[in-house]
Amino acid sequence: MDLDYTASEEAFRREARAWLEANVPKKPLPSGDTAEGFALHRQWEKQLYQGGWAVVSWPRKYGGREATLMEWLIFEEEYYRAGGPQRIAQNGIFLLAPTLFEFGTEEQKDRILPRMAAGEDLWAQGWSEPNAGSDLAGIKSTAVRDDARGGFRLNGQKTWCTRGAFSDFMFGLFRTDPAAERHRGMTYFLVPLRAPGVTVRPVGRLDGDAGFAEVFLEDAFVSDRDVLGGVNDGWNVAMATTSSERGLSLRSPGRFLATAARLVELYRRCKDSADKALRDQVVRAWMDAEAYQLYTLQTVTRVMEGGSIGAESSINKIFWSEMDVRTHETALALLGETAELDGGPSAEAAGAWMKGYQFALAGPIYAGTNEIQRNVIAERVLGLPRK
Amino acid sequence: MRFAFTEDQKLFRDTLRGLLEKECSAEVVRRAWDARGSGRSTPLWSKLAELGAIGLTVPEAHGGLGLREIDLVLLLEESGRAALPEPIVETTAVGAPLLAEVADEALQTTWLPRVAAGNAKVALGLERFAFVADAHVADLLLLEHGGELHALPRDAVRYEPETSVDGARRLFRVTWSPSSATRIASGDVARAAVARAFDRGALGVSAMLLGLARHLIDATVEYVKVRKQFGSAIGSFQAVKHHLADALVKLEFARPVVYRAAYSMSHGSNSSSLHVSMGKAYASEAAWTSARAALQCHGAIGYSYEHDLHLWMKRVWALNAAWGDASWHRARVGSIVLG
Repeated sequence: MDLDYTASEEAFRREARAWLEANVPKKPLPSGDTAEGFALHRQWEKQLYQGGWAVVSWPRKYGGREATLMEWLIFEEEYYRAGGPQRIAQNGIFLLAPTLFEFGTEEQKDRILPRMAAGEDLWAQGWSEPNAGSDLAGIKSTAVRDDARGGFRLNGQKTWCTRGAFSDFMFGLFRTDPAAERHRGMTYFLVPLRAPGVTVRPVGRLDGDAGFAEVFLEDAFVSDRDVLGGVNDGWNVAMATTSSERGLSLRSPGRFLATAARLVELYRRCKDSADKALRDQVVRAWMDAEAYQLYTLQTVTRVMEGGSIGAESSINKIFWSEMDVRTHETALALLGETAELDGGPSAEAAGAWMKGYQFALAGPIYAGTNEIQRNVIAERVLGLPRK
Repeated sequence: MRFAFTEDQKLFRDTLRGLLEKECSAEVVRRAWDARGSGRSTPLWSKLAELGAIGLTVPEAHGGLGLREIDLVLLLEESGRAALPEPIVETTAVGAPLLAEVADEALQTTWLPRVAAGNAKVALGLERFAFVADAHVADLLLLEHGGELHALPRDAVRYEPETSVDGARRLFRVTWSPSSATRIASGDVARAAVARAFDRGALGVSAMLLGLARHLIDATVEYVKVRKQFGSAIGSFQAVKHHLADALVKLEFARPVVYRAAYSMSHGSNSSSLHVSMGKAYASEAAWTSARAALQCHGAIGYSYEHDLHLWMKRVWALNAAWGDASWHRARVGSIVLG
């Protein structure tokens, strides 16, 4: 065990910190879940790419700098410490990209990854359907073979597609063999959102932003080269992505360390007026962010030494999502009457905790509800019977 | 940055696990409850010493392995898993390093080789605590008085038993007379040594608590797989699954926090006390949650005195209270982080 960073890791941290200090916008960008904000965030993604910081751990030929996973973690820590904007590229770079690296053809990787890294193509997820959420294997949308055109025709409806209203592409599962057992007969497709037969309808989120979308598909054509992995093997391909989402890449510790630091600042400002019992909650929130970092360092070490992230990613997802809710609840309790403000200069001055709280509340729901995660832990980590 | 144990450390843990599975069954733990006996097993202690576990922190010059907290933490976790009813935290985690730090050469030469060989046990009496664990079997007691440290053999102190909820724990109130002849350290040296001893004790029981939690979860998983109600294994019910999943989440997040504390203690980090307190807070809470889940998922059978479950559960309750409970340690974190 060596809990000091190496000289090269420290050098990497200094380089990242210097670039971020010089480049992170001084004034926060408007929410990336609005049309105006999305455009500005896309500009920021391009700036990150030009600086060489969009996808640090990727191979150089796709736009990365071949950083180790540990360095990626350092970058994330510096990114959130610097107050870097929300990453609207995250669905692509953190969720789809790992799946492409594992299952994609050379042609797919060459075509898709560089444009994704550069912020040219932004990706949305197409998992949920009106009648398939946590029970993802219940999807009904279909893909039917079109031999004449060399591809598939997609029909059905996807929903809760984060930033789908503004994205360029969507990845998701479609049923290619309706007769197969429910976990089989699905195929993983890469779907252009601005194509004939695709209708995207923005859906307002809890916080009022139009970050969600419903996507309607009516004979939308997708060519064979946009099938990821084998036809009818989509479930296995998709599971690789969900593991990244719950496990490591979606929520690096840097974000929560930065939130915890903001909470400590808030506590110092209002401790004289706040309920004394809140002190213990602040301590817990601060410790949780540290514990999450330590847990992640342990996971990253294991992965760097050849291990993998399996069902234990569900343990991770429960911890960070519930920590994030508790941390925001503590902040709201500290704020007193200011807590109800949502938007406007006074709320911004107080740290926009209500906005953050509403975002945090999505955590225990998306990427598989925490109830499903608890089932996964019980069945696949502890070995309890499914039925 | 590399957050993982070495192969040697894991091998030592596996070896100890093998020994404890053979030599420290639930029956052995239950025997330690028998109020007529000392509750301690000389053959078991000797086997632990032969393995090198007891003398792990004793300097090599005195016959030990000269290793540190980071090498001990997994062994204590295993000891907790077996609910080992022996004073390994007092003797190995706290006593031996304390002697090696402050005792003069003569005292070290007298005691440390005997500790390493498994022929002497050490008990601790810090002024902040009312009780001394295992005073009745201690060959040497290290006692704090007025900011000084004193070392006395058992026959030089009087000890009156108190009753822990965990019958395998033996607690005593110790009375004794300090003198210049018994004093081994004073002033800043003693204060710093006592502070480190406290942190080592808190770290030691934190590691034990991790193992206790692991056993409680594992034993409950086995039980709910076979216990049937409504025609199904109760482990197939979501309400049962979620109790156990919650306990496991707490445990898995407590482990790296305790391991980091062991690392910081080993390297003399300025943040050792902060890290130890975080570890104790997380380990206590993980073990407490695991005990609650274990009892609830066992149902009435777990509530019965004949069942083994309470042997582990009560050790959790006892060690939660020992060396500062979770809320005391969170308060210490608060004083460091929030001022």
